[in-house]
Amino acid sequence: MIEVRRLTKLFGDAPAVRDVSFAVSAGELLALVGGSGCGKTTTLRMINRLIEPTSGTVLIEGQDVSALSGHVLRRGIGYVFQRVGLFPHMTVEQNVAVPLSLLGWEAGRMRGRVGEVLELVEIEPALRQRRPAELSGGQQQRVGVARALAAEPKLMLLDEPFGALDPLTRDRLQRSFLRIRKRLGLTAIFVTHDMVEALLLADRIAVMKDGRLVQVGAPQQLLASPADEVVERLLDTPRRQARAFDELMAGVAR
Amino acid sequence: MSEQLDLLPGYLTAHLQIALVALLVGITVSIPLGVLAARVRWLEQPVLGLASVIQTIPGLALLAIMVPLLAAAHLPSIGYLPAFIGLVLYSVLPILRNTVTGLATIDPALVEAARGVGMTPRQRLVRVEFPLALPVIIAGIRTSTVWTVGMATLSTPVGATSLGNYIFSGLQTRNLSAVLVGCIAAATLALTLDGLVRLVAIGWERRRHGMLGVALGALALLYLYTGVTLGRELVQARQERILVGAKTFTEQYILSEILAGQMTHETGMAAAVAQSLGSTVAFDALRSGEIDVYVDYSGTIWATLMHRETGATNRSDVLVEVERFLRDRHGIVVVGALGFENAYALAMRRAMAERLSIRRISDLVVHAPALSIGGDYEFFGRAEWRAVRETYGLGFAAQRSMDPSLMYQAAAQGNVDVISAFSTDGRIAALDLLILKDDRGAIPPYDAVILASARLQHRHPEAIDALRRLVGTIDGDTMRRMNLAVDEGGQSPGAVATVFLDALWRKP
Ligand SMILES: Nc1ncnc2c1ncn2[C@@H]1O[C@H](COP(=O)(O)OP(=O)(O)O)[C@@H](O)[C@H]1O
Ligand SMILES: [Mg+2]
Repeated sequence: MIEVRRLTKLFGDAPAVRDVSFAVSAGELLALVGGSGCGKTTTLRMINRLIEPTSGTVLIEGQDVSALSGHVLRRGIGYVFQRVGLFPHMTVEQNVAVPLSLLGWEAGRMRGRVGEVLELVEIEPALRQRRPAELSGGQQQRVGVARALAAEPKLMLLDEPFGALDPLTRDRLQRSFLRIRKRLGLTAIFVTHDMVEALLLADRIAVMKDGRLVQVGAPQQLLASPADEVVERLLDTPRRQARAFDELMAGVAR
Repeated sequence: MSEQLDLLPGYLTAHLQIALVALLVGITVSIPLGVLAARVRWLEQPVLGLASVIQTIPGLALLAIMVPLLAAAHLPSIGYLPAFIGLVLYSVLPILRNTVTGLATIDPALVEAARGVGMTPRQRLVRVEFPLALPVIIAGIRTSTVWTVGMATLSTPVGATSLGNYIFSGLQTRNLSAVLVGCIAAATLALTLDGLVRLVAIGWERRRHGMLGVALGALALLYLYTGVTLGRELVQARQERILVGAKTFTEQYILSEILAGQMTHETGMAAAVAQSLGSTVAFDALRSGEIDVYVDYSGTIWATLMHRETGATNRSDVLVEVERFLRDRHGIVVVGALGFENAYALAMRRAMAERLSIRRISDLVVHAPALSIGGDYEFFGRAEWRAVRETYGLGFAAQRSMDPSLMYQAAAQGNVDVISAFSTDGRIAALDLLILKDDRGAIPPYDAVILASARLQHRHPEAIDALRRLVGTIDGDTMRRMNLAVDEGGQSPGAVATVFLDALWRKP
């Protein structure tokens, strides 16, 4: 469905992404994992051409994305921003309707679709006339997801969508996202620095370090045979937490 | 006071016509310019720099400078146009600067989000950046509104009627209530407009549609009123109207009203007065046909336009030469002399003159190095002053420029010792000042003469005839009395002119 070939981005002389290649098949969710500054966001943005790559190509359904004009390409791809990115001067409904109005949907159909996606992300009707500033962080992020879903995109790109939320809210949103994804059969690339989140949500995980791709594989594959100590260390944290938790539970049971 | 309030509808309408239209044009110019400057980075500094430079020019100077610039471009250089252009230039900076700032300070994450959902640059501007910058832009519009409405009072000296007519003529004729009415009206108008724009902003931001509707409706009505009255005046301007010029002092206000009243009375044509024109502005305006008639003084033309070295010359010789000069060189018609002279004259306190035994300028020469002299803004730059200085070898300890309306009081109170008085000013006698005899004839005679454009004579000889009936009807005492009635008696120039004309028309 989507193929990234030898993608490289230099900011001046500094390489942010170096020679990254991977593929995501239809209906699959790939998590892009790595420490802060390793080039995850840059990689994601080159896919919908918010950033133009220095070299390399991105193919979606076999078509080179550089053949389309940027804004047309982006209208067909849902994007959830790391920092919320809802428009503060618009209501919840207006925000969600933006991609549809850009595609020229007529008003009645647009209204129906906006109601549908807001229901999908569990935003109750009472909130729909509010401005983003009048919502909680979790609600804002749900609206962000709804906006990205509104135009029924072939592909979703999510940049640490739940990174700034408290653990309870994050858990709720993760589960509801999983449910939505199953229901819609979404193809998605999901950036996170949290390996636990990646293990829980992703079909496959791509690990990055210093702009390079270190390993790509299913969660079990990574756990069974980490490619190097970077991957090992990333997996270490969830493992240690799980072990500590198990011991604690065992203590309680005794 | 009620006489002042009668003038309010006319002045207020004229004020709105200049300020509101200038503001509208200022907004439509500066917002796109601001967007452009925010987009094209290298444009930002030059554009903002230029607007700031314009802003540092004092308001009065900015408007005044339009007069020669427009004249050089062969455009109407007095009246609406110079005031309008000056105000537009002045209104630009706050809006421009706030547009640039408003757009530049938008959270880049939001601009990214707009790109991310697939907006084109234009959609980004219209749907996201501009609405987000709008509160800042509106703050700029509010600043500009207050400035423009306030500065529109400075339209008066370039020949456009405004609330400034109250202020300028009130200051000249020492009519404090006129000045107050003008200031209060201008301030109230500025605050009202500012308030309406503020309501529009609040209504829009908080989505209070009622408030938004009312405020926008009120603004729309004001613009509608302005547009309709302006349109009607443009239509009327096509039909003919005679425009009488007046320089910036009491006597000129009175005479312009007399000229206008006389022509209307005898020809039935509408005649209006363009008040408070600078001395050379009035002459240029007559020459270019923007005003049709005004009163000037033979000696002024003799000294400033003909550059004659003065010397003992008699009144009729000067009149004849001035008349020939104006006709041959400028195509201006001298209708005739009104019958009095308003000469530049040196005056001082009578008591002081007697103590020092000064009666003639020659007597002043030995005392001058210990005395100070005050003159109106023009005096020390004029040929007459040079002539006096050179003829008598006068040198004062200090010289001060001041407003002519304050000059006499300053002399009477001893703030200055000698002043360049106007010989018809009633305050010379009222304040017990003594005019010093020009014993060596350094100052030319100053017959008040009615000057008219060749066009008026050609198109409306009946108006010239009407004016000719005024020739020789005003002697020095009459003029002094009328000046005093305004300056000290608190009457308006219009009322004094009416009394004079009534008496004139009753004569067989
Ligand atoms: N617009 C930019 N200009 C210059 N350097 C950038 C820019 N965006 C990102 N970088 C640099 O590129 C590297 C990768 O950034 P990013 O992709 O945002 O990392 P991540 O999302 O993995 O935290 C970082 O070193 C960052 O400082
Ligand atoms: Mg990032």
